[in-house]
Amino acid sequence: MPSFVITEKCDGCKGRDKTACQYICPNDLMVLNKDIMKAYNQEPDQCWECYNCVKICPQSAIEVRAYQDFAPLGSSVIPMRGSDSIMWTVKFRNGKIKRFKFPIRTTPEGGIDPYQGIPEENKGDLKSNLLCDEIGKELAAPKK
Amino acid sequence: MAEMNGSMTSADVLNNYAIEEIQTDILIVGGGMVGCGAAFEIKKWAPKDMKITLVEKAAIERSGAVAMGLSAINTYLGDNTPEDYVKHVANDLMGIIREDLVYDVGRHVDKTVEHFEKLGLPVFKEEEEDTRSIAEGGRPLRAGRWQIMIHGESYKVLVAEAARKALGEENIKERVFVTELLMDEKHENRVAGAIGFSLREAKIYIFKAKAVIMACGGTVNVFRPRSQAEGMGRTWYAIWNAGSTYAMGYQAGAEMTTMENRFVPNRFKDGYGPVGAWFTLFKSRVLNAHGEDYMQKWGHMLQDYAPYGLAKVPATCLWNHVMLKDWMEGNGPFYMNTSGAMKQLFETLPEKRKKSLETDAWEDFLDMTVAQAGLWAAMDIDPQETNSEVMPTEPYFLGSHAGACGMWVSGPDDISPKEYQWGYNRMTTVNGLFTGGDGVGASGHKFSSGSYTEGRLAAKSAVRFVLDDSGYTPTVHTENKVLAEKIYGPMITFEKFKDYSTEPNVNPNYIKPRLYLFRLNKLMDEYVAGTSTFYKTSEASLLRGLDLLNRLKEDASKLAASNLHELMRAWENYHRSIVGELHLRHVLFREETRYPGFYYRTDHPKLDEQNWKVFVNSKLNKSTGQPDVFKRPYIELVPKN
Repeated sequence: MPSFVITEKCDGCKGRDKTACQYICPNDLMVLNKDIMKAYNQEPDQCWECYNCVKICPQSAIEVRAYQDFAPLGSSVIPMRGSDSIMWTVKFRNGKIKRFKFPIRTTPEGGIDPYQGIPEENKGDLKSNLLCDEIGKELAAPKK
Repeated sequence: MAEMNGSMTSADVLNNYAIEEIQTDILIVGGGMVGCGAAFEIKKWAPKDMKITLVEKAAIERSGAVAMGLSAINTYLGDNTPEDYVKHVANDLMGIIREDLVYDVGRHVDKTVEHFEKLGLPVFKEEEEDTRSIAEGGRPLRAGRWQIMIHGESYKVLVAEAARKALGEENIKERVFVTELLMDEKHENRVAGAIGFSLREAKIYIFKAKAVIMACGGTVNVFRPRSQAEGMGRTWYAIWNAGSTYAMGYQAGAEMTTMENRFVPNRFKDGYGPVGAWFTLFKSRVLNAHGEDYMQKWGHMLQDYAPYGLAKVPATCLWNHVMLKDWMEGNGPFYMNTSGAMKQLFETLPEKRKKSLETDAWEDFLDMTVAQAGLWAAMDIDPQETNSEVMPTEPYFLGSHAGACGMWVSGPDDISPKEYQWGYNRMTTVNGLFTGGDGVGASGHKFSSGSYTEGRLAAKSAVRFVLDDSGYTPTVHTENKVLAEKIYGPMITFEKFKDYSTEPNVNPNYIKPRLYLFRLNKLMDEYVAGTSTFYKTSEASLLRGLDLLNRLKEDASKLAASNLHELMRAWENYHRSIVGELHLRHVLFREETRYPGFYYRTDHPKLDEQNWKVFVNSKLNKSTGQPDVFKRPYIELVPKN
């Protein structure tokens, strides 16, 4: 299911320091046509439909159209990703609509302390097989 | 990082490129689950002045196999022991695993899962009202014996945020594709760094490092995919996993293991959505076109593969094996009995779980395979009413899921037998080169949590390795410009010949990465047991395939790229062809059928425990340029029942 960019909505992320979809695509598919300042998917048949461009687009200008070599036309799946949850709107070919909302994280965006609960100064032995949050633990070994 | 607009053309790059040399102590190649786990752990062990650099071809928030998200963590031991875990993995991978490595993941992985929850990953609990974390005594909701359910849309975002904070923004290089490892020219068999190029600017990177942790995932698209138009993007495993881990490790001289193994997941047809929860959580079965349960119908076939077929849960390949039999008998297509399963669950589940049942089913797709939700919508499927078709996919290579490809690494010194241990946990046979996740062979079923754990283990070992040899500095004599021209080779070729024909894609002087990939896909499919032969091959077929593959690899020197994006494809597809070669050579060497359902040697159709309960390993022979393939003994650590 390749992503596509809605011409009218895309503003090429002008005024921002980077083109959001181009920044995020794990497969380097999204590029900007600088002449018209619109983004597009340069290699649609390598699109995994991970939806990361759809989720990140500040203009909601990107959607996904089902792979036409096996999917009948007329459906859509559209996310709205917030800071702690995501809403999905699934539109069926027959017009039926389902909506879902799922939590995505319990910590504020950017608020992670990677080492909470782990002492600032690591007192562990570099030669032991214990990891940084296991200090003092006795590691299991296979029972013979 | 500021983003350039568009992919820079070959002409623009070659006219004016820069070479940046980065001296670092430890280089992490790949920012997926392994890379992020390594980034987190390493800062707790490295001295303050030790420099750590992470390089990634995408943006770490959404890179690697977990880029889309996940709906479950598939390795959490809980009440199970590491011994139970070893037995489970050994059976699923037909007996041949490195039990020391699997045991090691098993004894560390639960702490990693607790860490994920601290980062902010929402974990389903047995009791919906239970607000305690696992560390505080909350019991996670099991989807199966080893799996727990999560709201994992942002799983990768969370671990990436932690990794970014741990390492510091200035130590993370994104949109840089690493093409090969650098070897030390003074010390035999020692890694000295890696080289790569920016996807956003005209810049070559030369990283000189004392140790490298390399984890760039498994391999997708070596075989011809079932979908041949747009749908070829919808691979089961992450499509950007190009086999770079295996190709670069092998070329650096690392011993490879179990590259004959492959994974052929049986998934919802075309969308490749997950079926695991349907089996374990919803208690569903797959039925043939006549509504029969093929596992019951042909269950006696499992006896040919004792003990692996007789376990309570037979090995994954054997499920495929039995289904293929029924298919060949004319009883396909096959359907996941979602309607029957939901009907049955509705009769037994408490009222409040009934309500969430349908939502859970949709979240399973929306968290990790949105395309499958899209396909259900396109087909007007309500799982309570309509069953969905299931089909085995094209083959994949990986070491973290239900597969065992990868490098041969040292195990931990406290539990590994001496044959499996050379001082530094998760170090390959190349000094200073570490790996994890898909990179570590013969130890599958790590999944996301085990891969992150393995990144942590590798990180700690790498720090010790560097400190143990504190006088070392990398020596690389090759001039930077020579390295740069090798990396940009496909662009140089394109610029030299592009004006010869009016259509740049049809030119007798070169091959574009796309056609190189299609040629690889075709020969792997036709000769090396792809879908078109129902996963069957033989010595004669493999030798014919090898001939064609060698010619393809000769043509790799004529790969051409018109811009930076295409240059990445050129290198990725070259890496894929090396993985294809390794797989072919291993399949040729193992004269038995160890993984029926994943592939068959029609000239050696039986499982041969007597002669082949051993590892098949390989190593680049630098004088012939071909792999030497050989056996390594399997040593049992955990007695099986």
